[in-house]
Amino acid sequence: MTIVKDEARLNPAPVPPARESGAGAPPTLRQYVSQLGYAAAGSEAGPQPRADRLRPWLVVAGFVVPLALLALWWFLTEFSIVPAHRMPSPQRVLDAAVAMTADGVIFGHIAISTQRVVLGFAAGSLLGLALGAWVGLSKWGSAFLSPTVGAFRAVPSLAWVPLLVLYLGISEDSKVTLIAIGALFPVYTTVAGALRHVDPHLVELGQAFGLARLGLLARVQLPAVVPSIVSGLRLALAQAWLFLVAAELIASSVGLGFLLVDSQNNGRVDRLFLTIILLGVLGKTTDALIGLLERWLLKRWG
Amino acid sequence: MPTTSTLTRTSAPALPVSLDRVSRTFRDTANEPKPVLRDVSLEISPGEIVSLIGASGCGKSTLLRQIAGLDRPTGGQVRIDGTAIDGIDQRVAVAFQEPRLLPWRSLRQNVSLGLPKGTARVEGQARVGALLDLVHLGEAAALRPRQVSGGMAQRASLARALSRGPGVLVLDEPFGALDALTRLKMQDLLIEIHSAEPATIILVTHDVDEALYLSDRVVLLGVDADAPSAGAGIRSITSVPGSRPRDRGDARLAELRVELLDGLGVPSHHQPQPH
Ligand SMILES: Nc1ncnc2c1ncn2[C@@H]1O[C@H](COP(=O)(O)OP(=O)(O)OP(=O)(O)O)[C@@H](O)[C@H]1O
Ligand SMILES: [Mg+2]
Repeated sequence: MTIVKDEARLNPAPVPPARESGAGAPPTLRQYVSQLGYAAAGSEAGPQPRADRLRPWLVVAGFVVPLALLALWWFLTEFSIVPAHRMPSPQRVLDAAVAMTADGVIFGHIAISTQRVVLGFAAGSLLGLALGAWVGLSKWGSAFLSPTVGAFRAVPSLAWVPLLVLYLGISEDSKVTLIAIGALFPVYTTVAGALRHVDPHLVELGQAFGLARLGLLARVQLPAVVPSIVSGLRLALAQAWLFLVAAELIASSVGLGFLLVDSQNNGRVDRLFLTIILLGVLGKTTDALIGLLERWLLKRWG
Repeated sequence: MPTTSTLTRTSAPALPVSLDRVSRTFRDTANEPKPVLRDVSLEISPGEIVSLIGASGCGKSTLLRQIAGLDRPTGGQVRIDGTAIDGIDQRVAVAFQEPRLLPWRSLRQNVSLGLPKGTARVEGQARVGALLDLVHLGEAAALRPRQVSGGMAQRASLARALSRGPGVLVLDEPFGALDALTRLKMQDLLIEIHSAEPATIILVTHDVDEALYLSDRVVLLGVDADAPSAGAGIRSITSVPGSRPRDRGDARLAELRVELLDGLGVPSHHQPQPH
């Protein structure tokens, strides 16, 4: 992970400003955060003007492939190279979107799916954080829990679906639980691993100044592993969407996964395409939100 | 959980420290006992400044860790104000050999980590501000540790230890990372701080001149030449004449310097001057 402080982007001064000795060079500070949660930094001689000139083009480059794919899609359907019942034209997908927006149906599906993801993700990652902290920090916690948690993690998570449906029915609970299971393990694994490797010098420092247990956790250990927590959260969010679709495909009457099954059954290939695109957009959007959180957290704690 | 009344004061009175046959034996990788310290006994009176000198690796940091309660002696006892210490002791504040600043906190926030529990917010902020000014970090208070030089970081670490207002201050090579000039200034600063808030100070240094300039007594640690594997003990204790601030050019100090360097095994190339 690399963060370039905003000022570096805002003031691409060709010559680094003269600074008082010792004060480093904050405007061009580049910060590297390792998996272990330590931050190390090196300041650069100055922003590279070449990289700065390239930046807009690099952003544009990201749009090239999607546009090419869109063109290919249009080409394939426009000239009926792929039959319409297998692949709808971009226009038909757009029409489907407009129609479903007009009668508001699509918003219901999006809302319920997002709600499930958010609830499951929140529950799973909090539990993962708690378990990870326990296992990562306490010798006994690790001795008691890590073999069991490891075994549970080894079960392919979709194997829980029939059991969850049997116990909790085709309810919100069963879906949110499944999503929580999916979100729990990435957070648990990264947090437990990172906490084991917090710089022992810093931990001892905290203890020397009277911190213990929760105080030590809050002031030294957790801040030291913030980068790992964030990458765990990112993985967990991706898992949450994955498990959402799995849960909704198997047992639901509303939601984007249900929309997929429903469209398949009704031969509405346009709606199928629309739903897939929506899932991509939603996943990317929530990931970007975590990205914002990450930037803020690393600025504060990095 | 203020267990002693000293925690609630801004600055505790200086406390006596007594080392009673303190020994520490580590286990090496083959699980063989490896004695590092053997029977170190020393009475330190309240407000005294004692310097520990000795060859690298002889156990100076290890001895400080016993005093701070960060490690437990395998034999003997450390008593502070008459009570044997058991684990980390809040009457002692440490500045480690490395600055050990939390990288995600500003220098100011790092220094406030040292404030005793239960310090009122306003009072604490004022104290931290004053200490930062004292160690000439007032301007740099908002910077993160990675943005400051090694010497600045070490000064912040000293300020953090001072912010505790400790009865006993334990400093492991506090000025080791400083350039010669800053080092001299910091020595005077330490003397100033000590007269303003007298704490018992035990410090490790590699600099014999620094030891003589700062301390009441200089303790030379080292192994016995006849039994080098038995662990280090006290080789000599030198009382430094005069009172602080001392004259850096004092001839008596120059004589002691030669003795101590000899004790460290460094030839001083000193020729007695005919008068
Ligand atoms: N936790 C430990 N386990 C095993 N051996 C240790 C441990 N801590 C210190 N030692 C050993 O004890 C000896 C003394 O170490 P110490 O750090 O006290 O030396 P020092 O006098 O402070 O040296 P320096 O001047 O270089 O800082 C060394 O040989 C070191 O290897
Ligand atoms: Mg040492």
